[in-house]
Amino acid sequence: MAEAPTALLTTADGRPLKAALATAQARARRRAFLLVLPLLAFVLLTFLIPIVYMLKRSFEHDGFASSAPALAAWFDANPDFDPNNPPEEAYAALVQDLARMQVEKTTGIAGTRINYSVPGSISLFKKGAREAASLTPPFKESLPALDKEWARPALWRGMASASHVYTAEFYKVALDLKLTDNGWARGQDNERIYLYLFAKTFLISAIITLLCLLLAFPVAHLLATLPMAKSSLLMILVLLPFWTSLLVRTTSWIALLQEQGVVNNMLVALGLVDDSGRLAMMYNMTGTIVAMTHVLLPFMILPLYSVMRVIPPSYARAARSLGATSWTTFRRVYLPQTLPGIAAGSLLVFILAVGYYITPALVGGADGQLISNLIAFHMSKSNWSLAAAIAGMLLASILLLYWLYDRLIGIDRLKFG
Amino acid sequence: MKKTLILTTALVSFGFAANADVTVMSWGGAYGAAQTEAHVKPWSAKTGNPAIMVDSDNPAPAIKAMVEAGNVTVDVASVEYADAIRLCDEGILEPIDAASLPPAPDGTPATEDFLPGAITECGVSTDIWSNIFAYDSSKFSGDNVPRTAADFFDLEKFPGKRGLRKGAKAVLEFALLGDGVPAAEVYDVLNTPEGVDRAFAKLDTIKDQVVWWEAGAQPPQLLADGEVVMTTAYNGRIFNAAMTEGKPFVIVWDGQIYENEMYVVPKGAPNKDLAMDFIRYATSTEGLRAQAQQISYGPARKSSFAEPIVFKDGKTVMAPHLPTAPENLGNALETSSDFWVDHDAELNERFQSWLAQ
Repeated sequence: MAEAPTALLTTADGRPLKAALATAQARARRRAFLLVLPLLAFVLLTFLIPIVYMLKRSFEHDGFASSAPALAAWFDANPDFDPNNPPEEAYAALVQDLARMQVEKTTGIAGTRINYSVPGSISLFKKGAREAASLTPPFKESLPALDKEWARPALWRGMASASHVYTAEFYKVALDLKLTDNGWARGQDNERIYLYLFAKTFLISAIITLLCLLLAFPVAHLLATLPMAKSSLLMILVLLPFWTSLLVRTTSWIALLQEQGVVNNMLVALGLVDDSGRLAMMYNMTGTIVAMTHVLLPFMILPLYSVMRVIPPSYARAARSLGATSWTTFRRVYLPQTLPGIAAGSLLVFILAVGYYITPALVGGADGQLISNLIAFHMSKSNWSLAAAIAGMLLASILLLYWLYDRLIGIDRLKFG
Repeated sequence: MKKTLILTTALVSFGFAANADVTVMSWGGAYGAAQTEAHVKPWSAKTGNPAIMVDSDNPAPAIKAMVEAGNVTVDVASVEYADAIRLCDEGILEPIDAASLPPAPDGTPATEDFLPGAITECGVSTDIWSNIFAYDSSKFSGDNVPRTAADFFDLEKFPGKRGLRKGAKAVLEFALLGDGVPAAEVYDVLNTPEGVDRAFAKLDTIKDQVVWWEAGAQPPQLLADGEVVMTTAYNGRIFNAAMTEGKPFVIVWDGQIYENEMYVVPKGAPNKDLAMDFIRYATSTEGLRAQAQQISYGPARKSSFAEPIVFKDGKTVMAPHLPTAPENLGNALETSSDFWVDHDAELNERFQSWLAQ
């Protein structure tokens, strides 16, 4: 069968149409890319690079490796040494490094690095470095004579681990492990805090998300179905708190809910509670949940509203006319159509709640503390690597949830407005 | 990586890299205002160099970030004592030559005029502040008023809620002082596992009556609202609420825990020489006096007390309101920066875990 010669379509100047089209499209794409470029650069510079840098910090620390080269070299040569009884060469390398730290003024950096896993090391290193030059061999005896801590197996394990620039140590600490004389082990009950706070943070965030959904759904429905004039007025009432400073809203909840606050005073005046039995609604978990629910409510209302507004009321009417009860209509017809809004709102509120810091700090009291408060604590105490490790775990768990969410609900069903 | 960090920090710090010659970073609020009035404005007027004050939640992590990123926009920072030591150890701060500090008016060298520990390798004390506890005198009066740290933990004699700072530092020491440990032995006791247990056991006795605060402005508010009957606080905040707002607050000095606040110069400060000149001016006998006229934190120089210091209202004599007044030092403890540099993270984890139980 002979192939029919296809007439090649060309443009007016004789170029094949296909090629001309491709060039034109490429040009348009380049122009579009140039328009997006500023945003891309901005996101890269202020978002992605800091995150990468933070993650890098969570497993990188050269404080000890760079200030104790002799000992680091010895650890490299003897990876299987016995921390319970390190040989004289190890002590000699350590004393040599201590003397060097004193000259180079790196005692603090090295001590701080070891202190992360073996508390008490900063002053130990300072003392050791001051005396290092006057110590005499055998160092295996003279150094522990200065302070018996120098012979502690945990310290040697800590130094061996810190002599590498890259380490998983900060993640171990963030998983409530403690460096003991026998290696990394689960800390004592009264010292474990991070995993517990992770669990609590996710639980509280889930409760807040649920409360926001329950409160926001009817409001959003009302907003979507009322005539324009009334719904605009209502919308302002929703947005007004949204525009108010977070601190103002948090402190007004304190004024309302504290023991001598407005709500308790009213209950006492009405005789509903006794003056000595005022309700504790602030500086505890209740306070955190109430204040955070209020602060995050608009993030649920707005996506729900934008989805509900475009649901044609005729669907529900059709269902009713076909004999469905109002409950069935809601469950089978209306609710499924609002799912993209519910999904978007829940995701927004949950992710914001997980990282919330200032509200729990102000109203949390003893048991309303969240994981972000500990990140802030380690930032302020300049243990940035541990803060980065906890933040990294938080980021990982949110990405995991996002992935689960995508598998279960599907990210393409998300609708923000 | 360093370069990118510089870029990002440059973006962030864009805002206050203003064209002032000397930038001083402090804690804001009444405290920052006091340093502005006592040090920044007069120094600027005297030397003709423009100087500005910028506020921070805590200047220490801020300057550490700047130095690490290689983009320092602050010349002088006011930091806590333990931070002045820690950052100096980490090489974040410029050393300050103690011999260059101005002598007292009578010629006593600065190193002898300052109280012991008030000058460190990289910092000079701007004042001595204290963790005290205060009560509302409308709740307790006559003979039945709290007088000692032990009274703070006595729920039978003084029923009602207590305010305590949410953190291990100064709280564990206070618990031991309240348990009858003499001030001189507190850190020896706290350095043992049994001592830490003892401190937490003492806190256990009032745990369900405690309202925890975090920001320095909270305790006067808690007292004023009647949320607590007594609370630990920074002494200057209580003094200010009592003086300028007329609140009936009384400070109990027994069991006070005091420490120096330090002026430091971050490494790579854009105007290092001017910064040093600023510190020499601010920590002179007169400079420290001037700050104590603004807020009730004590000067760390003996010569600053040569004449009575009068509060800015023109009538209140400051001496009895300062942590360093002899009558207030009866049962007082100086914070051990060595102890907290070593144990801050460890004890705070224990503290958070104890709170959550």
